Amino acid sequence: MPRRKALVAMSGGVDSSVAAALLVDAGYDVTGVMLKLWKGDGANLGSGCCNLGAAEDARRVADALSIPFYVLNFAEHFEATVRRDFHEEYLAGRTPNPCVRCNHWVKFDALLDKADALGADALATGHYARVDHAGGRYRLRRGVDPTKDQSYVLWMLTQRQLARCLFPVGVQDKATTRAIAEELGLRTAHKPDSQEICFVRDGDFDAYVGESLPGAAVPGPILDVDGEVVGSHRGIGRYTIGQRKGLGIALGRPVFVTSIDAASNAITVGDRGDLATAEVTLTELSFVSAPPEGRVLVQYRAHGDAYPATIDGTSLRFDVPVEAAAPGQSAALYSIHDPDELVGGGIIQSTVPAIKTPVG
Amino acid sequence: MHYLDHAATTPVLPEVADEILRVTTSDFGNPSSVHAAGRRAKAVVEDARDRVAAAVGASPGEIVFTGGGTEADNLAIKGATHKRRGDGNHVVVTAFEHHAVLDAARALTQSGFEVTKVPVEPDGSVDPHRVAEAVRPSTVLVSVMTVNNEIGTIQDLAAIGEAVRAANPRALVHTDAVQALGNLPVDLHAWGVALAAFAAHKAGGPKGVGALFVRAPVAVEPVLHGGGQERGLRSGTHNVAGIAGFGVAAEIAAKEVHEKSERVGALRDRLLDGIRGIVPDVVVNGGLVDRVAGNLNVCIPGTDGETMLLLLDAAGIACSSGSACASGALDPSHVLLALGVPKKLAKGSLRFSLGRTSTDEDVDAVLAALPEVVERARKVA
Repeated sequence: MPRRKALVAMSGGVDSSVAAALLVDAGYDVTGVMLKLWKGDGANLGSGCCNLGAAEDARRVADALSIPFYVLNFAEHFEATVRRDFHEEYLAGRTPNPCVRCNHWVKFDALLDKADALGADALATGHYARVDHAGGRYRLRRGVDPTKDQSYVLWMLTQRQLARCLFPVGVQDKATTRAIAEELGLRTAHKPDSQEICFVRDGDFDAYVGESLPGAAVPGPILDVDGEVVGSHRGIGRYTIGQRKGLGIALGRPVFVTSIDAASNAITVGDRGDLATAEVTLTELSFVSAPPEGRVLVQYRAHGDAYPATIDGTSLRFDVPVEAAAPGQSAALYSIHDPDELVGGGIIQSTVPAIKTPVG
Repeated sequence: MHYLDHAATTPVLPEVADEILRVTTSDFGNPSSVHAAGRRAKAVVEDARDRVAAAVGASPGEIVFTGGGTEADNLAIKGATHKRRGDGNHVVVTAFEHHAVLDAARALTQSGFEVTKVPVEPDGSVDPHRVAEAVRPSTVLVSVMTVNNEIGTIQDLAAIGEAVRAANPRALVHTDAVQALGNLPVDLHAWGVALAAFAAHKAGGPKGVGALFVRAPVAVEPVLHGGGQERGLRSGTHNVAGIAGFGVAAEIAAKEVHEKSERVGALRDRLLDGIRGIVPDVVVNGGLVDRVAGNLNVCIPGTDGETMLLLLDAAGIACSSGSACASGALDPSHVLLALGVPKKLAKGSLRFSLGRTSTDEDVDAVLAALPEVVERARKVA
């Protein structure tokens, strides 16, 4: 029987390095690829991954594993999908998650097609998540390391994709991943984790807005919940819902960004209680297999907690109001029966604030 | 492996490898040293200079050894323009030059030079009249490549030189001749160019060695300063073994050029016929007449070159597509775009470059792999 062929998306980090190593060890015919996601040589762009140094690291790891390695050019596709969406969302005053979009439109779509064309049976990444096959369907579960779990950014995966996906490091914790890398002498063993948006240089989002999103860098008013002007902001792209620091206003009490209105270029601040969200409406709903009925657990931030809620069509009503859920964010849904099992997700279209409890 | 990427680099000739090993182990001296070991190394360098000069129709005194073709192009473009600064600040290049020329010329704009890019014809030729039209009284240098690295088309340098001189007798003509050596007879004096760049590794020699022809009495300023080697034009201790290897390679390349072209041309034609049988709508980039024998550059409509290249690589076939950026990712070739090939079609390009070691088996391997490769690549175009 011919060996199964796997394409591994390598970022130049330790997780995808070890993912490739584990597949080699498991007997796969492995090819490493890195995605070039922006135009130009990329030497001075980005920070987390995909820059020139990262490509060199990934290439050297592939060399050490004796597997072929290629940098695939997805720059135009990424620009036309992920970055364009990111910009449009920010200009609309929303809070997009480009990693989710990249997984949806690039890695588990265009790259999966590429894997098909290249004759690969499977596509692997360094995500901390688990895929298994139970009861005639593929399940997607949280990675075993709760501090590294990345199932949140994979909520759009469906049976068709899961049948082809491998997440080799999802079954272990990060310390094990690093230990394997060290044991194999991989040069990426001690590379720090990347947290930033890959196309934002040095994680400096403020500068990015100034350069790439001039429409979201136009100063405007900061209003209180009664509509009174209490300050001025430096452009809606520079603020997120729930933000407390850096507002430059002193009202004698802590205030938080509670809403962003692109049409009037205004942001509104309020008390912590004004951040309470009772209900959200989702768009682009996607389910791993059958849609869940009744109650689910909802996670709406990459490293946030999951909260119980009731799903009814496209709406999610939280058992207890949650804080600072923002339009544009992804809501990943987990099974109420098995909190590790991802059942699907969607993009938050709108939020319904909780009725404010009067303060004593 | 079926190596069909001779325009990228060529296998080192066995005779060259022998010479490099011999010089490395026995003639290790510094050619600038006064003692016997130094003199021996110096003799090796000068013998190689004689051989390279003879291979390109130059006098030995007109050959400056460099650290490769790119360095030679940079020395020509920066060195000649800075020397002639007083005469003008304008440079002419063609749109499909190698980046060693295009980017060196662009770098000049930071020191006050103006660069005009002459468009190329759809068949990959450069019209001497168009070049002449771009020449101004302030033009100090015109750079036109002898053989394009991607499509293999050959320019009539004598005609271009004549047109340039008619427009401005003081303008120098430089040619990037990196793809010429071993692929066509090189006769620099007959071509009438002032400067010409060569790279050893494109003709069976080692990497990291090249030469700039500087026709006497043309003067250029050095780019590298230091010990004053190569008559002050290229400081740095000589790569003696590499230069010796270059000498051997150049001699063999010049000697075998006709025979090799005939044999490789027949292989190339068979490859093209075979591809036409598999992909009837294949588009050949550049004319087939004034073209080096080993080059075949095609676009396969509705495909993706990146996918084809990877699949061919997996099948043990080495060729190329587009141009690779620093990370190794492929971009549509600026050469094909300069010919007016639409971007979408240019994405589906493949360059096969055959050389001295190419065989019928190599051609057979491509033709055997191509049907499935094309079919797969059409899925993601």
